[in-house]
Amino acid sequence: MRTALVLLFLLALGAIPGSLLPQRGVSVEQVQNYFLDNPDLAPWLDRFFLFDVYSSPWYAAIYLLLFVSLAGCVLPRAAAHYRLLRAAPPRTPRRLDRMPYSATLSTDAAPEEALRRARTLLKGYRIADHGDSLSAETGYLRETGNVVFHLALLGLLVSLAVGAFFGYRGNTLIVEGDGFANTLPSYDAFHPGSAVDPSGIQPFWLRVDDFDASFIEEGDLSGQASSFSADVTYREGPDSPERTHVLEVNHPLEVDGAQVYLLGHGYAPTFRVTDADGQVVFDQPVPFLDRGTANLTADGVVKVPDIAPEQLGFTAVFLPSAASGENGDLVSDFPDARNPVVVLKGFRGDLGLDSGNSQSVYQLYTEKMEEIGDSPALAPGDSWELPDGSATIEFTGYRDYVSIQVTSNPARVPALTAAVAAVLGLLCTLFVQPRRMWVRAGTGGDGRTVVEIGGLVKTEGAASLRRFHELATQLNQELREPGSADPGVEKE
Amino acid sequence: MVHVLAAETAVDTGLSAVSDNLVLAMIVVYAVALFCFVFEAAYGRRESLKGTRLVAVGASEGESEGLTVNLRAREPEAKASRHVLGRVGLGVTALGFVLSLAQIVTRGLAADRWPWGNMFEFVIAICLCGVAAFLFAAFRYKAHYLGAFVLVPVLLLLGIAVRWLYSESGPVVPALDSYWIAIHVSALIMATGAFMVSGSATITYLVAHSTETRRSLGEKVSGIAAKLPSPELLDRLAHRMIVLGFPLWTFGVIAGSIWADEAWGRFWGWDPKEVWSFITWVVYAAYLHARATAGWQGKKAAWISLVGFACLLFNFFGVNYLFSGLHSYA
Repeated sequence: MRTALVLLFLLALGAIPGSLLPQRGVSVEQVQNYFLDNPDLAPWLDRFFLFDVYSSPWYAAIYLLLFVSLAGCVLPRAAAHYRLLRAAPPRTPRRLDRMPYSATLSTDAAPEEALRRARTLLKGYRIADHGDSLSAETGYLRETGNVVFHLALLGLLVSLAVGAFFGYRGNTLIVEGDGFANTLPSYDAFHPGSAVDPSGIQPFWLRVDDFDASFIEEGDLSGQASSFSADVTYREGPDSPERTHVLEVNHPLEVDGAQVYLLGHGYAPTFRVTDADGQVVFDQPVPFLDRGTANLTADGVVKVPDIAPEQLGFTAVFLPSAASGENGDLVSDFPDARNPVVVLKGFRGDLGLDSGNSQSVYQLYTEKMEEIGDSPALAPGDSWELPDGSATIEFTGYRDYVSIQVTSNPARVPALTAAVAAVLGLLCTLFVQPRRMWVRAGTGGDGRTVVEIGGLVKTEGAASLRRFHELATQLNQELREPGSADPGVEKE
Repeated sequence: MVHVLAAETAVDTGLSAVSDNLVLAMIVVYAVALFCFVFEAAYGRRESLKGTRLVAVGASEGESEGLTVNLRAREPEAKASRHVLGRVGLGVTALGFVLSLAQIVTRGLAADRWPWGNMFEFVIAICLCGVAAFLFAAFRYKAHYLGAFVLVPVLLLLGIAVRWLYSESGPVVPALDSYWIAIHVSALIMATGAFMVSGSATITYLVAHSTETRRSLGEKVSGIAAKLPSPELLDRLAHRMIVLGFPLWTFGVIAGSIWADEAWGRFWGWDPKEVWSFITWVVYAAYLHARATAGWQGKKAAWISLVGFACLLFNFFGVNYLFSGLHSYA
């Protein structure tokens, strides 16, 4: 128990750094930022796994030791409890007056009658008869609950491990109207467990048909989202029928053992680029990422590779509700697209797409590019002819996109089962009070029947003693009633 | 593509104002109750509490005539400072509880949603549960002597809530729009209420314990400290409250992880709030183990439960204001 106590403290103490420092498991970007801000300290912290506390060897050592100690304690207790469950209550000790509760009474009723009445009073007790006495025990559920609770914690740990091995999690964006097939290339980020074959994940498909967002318009909470929902059509597999689902924040889509979650939303402005000959070389929506500052001001990059002689690239800002800020610059004053505006900065040169290095679609690599100027603020339908006349870019409008997460964790249900078992076990072990009671009846020196009662309780609190006293009082009362001396009369 | 604009925020301003006034009324009422309890603690007479004793040992009552009872261990002395104002205080506290309930109901009706969606509402609800746990203890275990010790933190919390945490009644962010808020948050708020009473009882216990030590050293103790109930009694009460709070906390955390599985796509993600709920759980688990471990009962166990309470408070205030995480609704 002392070992368990120390390990519990270590477990709590060890969890603290994980809440103070950014964790890779939660946000890789925050960890990268921490490295940039603290270039000297961060590598040292990293050496002690302080950015992966909960998957670090030292944290694993603490909880594995705790669970070894737990198993070492609980398994023998489970075995002992199993034997106890099959055994009769222990024999009546010779001296009942040594028990925490004891009482004696004398009666004119026969000893057999006294024992018979005690037996009917001891409802819910397991009773063993020893001739001149009986022993009774109740509250086995306390120890059962204790064993179940601790075994359930072991089960929870195993479930978490299984989930980490066989589960996966992936994130991506889907523009309204577009489809998504659950395959590795569809994801922006994919985190498989070590036993997951990424080519063998559930072959479902879905399409975002429509996306709704509503925002609070007035008052202090203006701009706060009040609801998001996306209508999706999906198929479990290539040959399955199409079904529909309304995807909302607390309403994931369950498909073939995987869950699809709506995590966020944003805007994908659509652009059309026409070259000097009037040929359309680009016409598609481009998802912009929320800057996180205010009212869904979003940044994005437009890459136009198929244009001669030089490729074009743009960095852009999208403001869903453009308004003049304090310094006369443009800001967004509402998250909904009341007055969408785009401002572009153009670049000309080599986008670097053919260099073989992988590129982020949200970043423009301008090493081999030359800046050609800024556009005015464009409203939907506005175009900007580049200063050199090589092309025209038109801001044709915008579409919504949703960011979704797909997770598959085969251990969800086992983990839940273990957690429920743990709570039930805990309730039993905290609230059930095991009690042992003995009643002995014999003939005293004066010829009257002497009844001895003993009660034993291992838990603290006076409640059990009170129960013993109630039973003793009741027995006393029954044995005093007229007629109780006559063994032939059955009293109901 | 539809962007619906909620034309009006669905808040009933009349009800909302009623609810705000009720908070102030509640503070006044609890302050009066606190005064009564402090008066009782300081100027009451130390008397035995009725109804806490199992049996008038050895005495034959009418119904148990002829029954001789023998108890191996004496029950702890159940005496506390009593004064008629204490009874008034209990009544006033009950009135405060009713006001608190009315405040929460009107606020919920004003915003047409479950009334715990921000820190202000959480604090009010925690105070409600703390007072409920105290009233329960006062009626079930005659623990009215805890009144002052429970109402001080309650008043502090209410003051903080009104001064710094106040936010207008209104709808919640979509992530909170789920029936799980009723299950998850309610369970944790109730557990927090029980832990709060336990924390108060534990602090009282430590004071009473040192009083007893000083007494046994022959020192003279006076004032409120001299009139406290016996440390065993306080220790038992603190334990009972944790026994109530701990399963509720466990259930609340599990309900939270079921909700997280539905809302965020994972049932456990080491979000700062999750980490500190876990730490709190582990510390209270350690407390329950400590009480069953030789050499850890009494004062040591009391300190563990206070560490648990500190973790709970940090989880509530520290995590919401110092860290950014998924539980940042401040």
